[in-house]
Amino acid sequence: MSSTDESSLTASHKLEYSYKRSLGPVLSRFFTGIRDRQLLGAKRADGTVMVPPKEYDPDTAAALDELVPVGPGGIVKSWAWVSEPRRQQPKDHPFAYALIQLDGADTPFLHVVDTNDEAAMKTGMRVTATWADEATGAITDITFVPEDAR
Amino acid sequence: MSEEVSEPIEVLRLPVELEYQYTAGKSASRFLRGLQQGKLLGQRCPVDGRVYFPTRGCCPQHGVPMAEEGSIELPDVGTLVTYSIVRVPSANIPLELPYVTIQVLLDGADTVMMHVLGECELEDVHMGMRLEAKWKPEEEWETSVGNILYFVPLDEPDAPYESYKEHI
Repeated sequence: MSSTDESSLTASHKLEYSYKRSLGPVLSRFFTGIRDRQLLGAKRADGTVMVPPKEYDPDTAAALDELVPVGPGGIVKSWAWVSEPRRQQPKDHPFAYALIQLDGADTPFLHVVDTNDEAAMKTGMRVTATWADEATGAITDITFVPEDAR
Repeated sequence: MSEEVSEPIEVLRLPVELEYQYTAGKSASRFLRGLQQGKLLGQRCPVDGRVYFPTRGCCPQHGVPMAEEGSIELPDVGTLVTYSIVRVPSANIPLELPYVTIQVLLDGADTVMMHVLGECELEDVHMGMRLEAKWKPEEEWETSVGNILYFVPLDEPDAPYESYKEHI
C-alpha cells in the first residue's frame, strides 16, 4: 500500500478468474479452422450460414453439425472507431470494431478492422482476414484489413 | 502430398481480469497503519458498545458514524469459532495443501476475522480452541493483514461454546 496523504491508503488490486472454456464439437472445429487458416460457418436447414457457428439453430433448436468454408473476404455492415484503445483491447493503436458479413455467410460477426485511418472506414467496404504468423487457434489470430489495402 | 494432421483445439483459456485502484478510506487506513505497528484495531459502536474488527467508518447495525476515538486495541489471541480444511489448490493461494482456514474471534471483539491455522495437526483442529497470532519478523511489517503469518494453538483450555456460539 502507498500513502497519498495521512488520511487514506491506496493500493492496486487485481481481481482475476483464470477460466478455461471447453469448446464443444462445433466451436472446436471453428477454432481449429482458425488455426489452420480457414474460417467456418454453420449451415442451417434453410441453407443460410451462421458465423460464428453455433451448436444449435437459434430458431428451430435443431442440432447444427455441417460446417462450410466462409470468407476470408467480407463486407463491413457496421463499425465503431476505437481512438484510444485500452490495455486489454486487441490492438495498441487506434482500430475499428466492425460487424463483418463474410462471403458465404448470412450473419455478421464482430471483429477488428485494422486501418491506421478512421476515414478509411465505411459501411459497405470490403475487408479480408489476415492471419498472424503463428496461428494458435484463438480469435486474435486474425485481423481484418481493407481489401484494397492488400 | 502428405496430409497434415493437427490436434484439434478443444479448450480455450479465457482469463477475466479486473484491475482496480483500491482506496481504503479513513477507517480501514487507520486499521492498516495499526497493523504496521503490530496493533490490531477494532472499533466500538457508540450505540450498543459492540466491538467491530477491523475498524469501520460506521456501524452496520445502527448506521451511525464510528469515530476515531472509538478505536480500541485488541489482543492477538482469540478463539477458533469455525474452520475448513482446504485440500483443493487455488492458483492465487500459495499455501501448501492441506491447510486450515479459520474464523477467529479475538478476545474483546464481537466480529470474527478470517485467517489460517498453522503448527497444528489436522486431527487436532476443533471449535473453541484458543489461538495466538504468529507474526512476521517486525522489520517486515507492512500495512497488511499478511503481517500475521497464521494463528497457532495456545496451551489453554477450550473456550466454552456459549462464548462464541453467536458467531458461527
